[in-house]
Amino acid sequence: MRQQNSIVSGRYPAIGDHRGWMLRGFRDGFPIAMGYFAVSFALGIAARNVGMNAVQGFLMSLGMVASAGEYAAIMLIGAGAGVLEMIATTVVINLRYFLMSCSLTQKLDPKTPLWKRFLLAYCVTDELFGISSAVPGYLDVAYTYAATAVSVSGWCLGTVLGVVVGNILPARAMSALSVALYGMFLAIIIPPAKHSRFMGCLVALSMAASWIFTAAPVLRTISSGFRVILLTLAIAGIAALVRPVQPDDTPAKS
Amino acid sequence: MKPSILVSLLIMSATVYVIRALPFVLLRRNITNPFLRSFLYYVPYVTLAVMTFPAIITATDSPWSGLLALIVGVVVSLVRGDLFTVALSSCVTVFLSELFLVH
Repeated sequence: MRQQNSIVSGRYPAIGDHRGWMLRGFRDGFPIAMGYFAVSFALGIAARNVGMNAVQGFLMSLGMVASAGEYAAIMLIGAGAGVLEMIATTVVINLRYFLMSCSLTQKLDPKTPLWKRFLLAYCVTDELFGISSAVPGYLDVAYTYAATAVSVSGWCLGTVLGVVVGNILPARAMSALSVALYGMFLAIIIPPAKHSRFMGCLVALSMAASWIFTAAPVLRTISSGFRVILLTLAIAGIAALVRPVQPDDTPAKS
Repeated sequence: MKPSILVSLLIMSATVYVIRALPFVLLRRNITNPFLRSFLYYVPYVTLAVMTFPAIITATDSPWSGLLALIVGVVVSLVRGDLFTVALSSCVTVFLSELFLVH
């Protein structure tokens, strides 16, 4: 009865009401799954373009659950990158998950067993981190698990369909879908610029530097993976020196 | 050394998981080092900005539709910043503009 009320009213379930939290997680996972579907469909098309099949696309999305990370993975596979470049690029591009995980450790009841923590680590994406951080008090991990089950299903389904029917779609539709990922990235990096001129400058500077590195002689010979690593280490490092974040700052959410 | 696709996926999936899981094993306290905190805070913005531009312009059939998608994506992000709306707006922009740009 209690959990039914909480679902109907849209309020969070009571502490210890695992079933209520799970249902709430299924519900909150649904809009995330819809967004994931569109984005992962574009990932599937990109994966197909470098010669990956549906099973490989499915395994990639199930194993990585990372938009920018998977995009980079596809680029690296397409470019025939070596193992070291793959690991280095994956570490740098997904470094934000490290920070999100650090933050989530603080949302857990200290009594949470290690296996639940390991399962929660799999669930750390921009969106799932966002909704998990937003709950009041300690996080009931059933909530995050449920939201992950729904949204990762959409993520994997989109990837597989992107690989399988991506070539059935007309060229115009494929061209249009190819910007879905970039649109999603913009939705993560642009909103903070609204409240902070520094963040706006940081994003603009990063784009300008990236453009120079793809156009300028010598610099353009650097592979796209290492370009991302070099520019991220340099620009984020300088930004951290110039403008350290406040102690109460939360990590970036989408 | 060029690994097969499956080995590549295994390596990168394991790497991402280790990144996500490591804090749950190691960290019992907040990060206090101001530089490290700040650096990690800025990383996603720089990384995604670098990956978005100029790639968005070369992803589409016409560079102009890509540029329009960038502009529309930025504007929609400022007005209503949720993932789905922004991604969809950029896609629709490319589709509509290429009706005129690409023949």
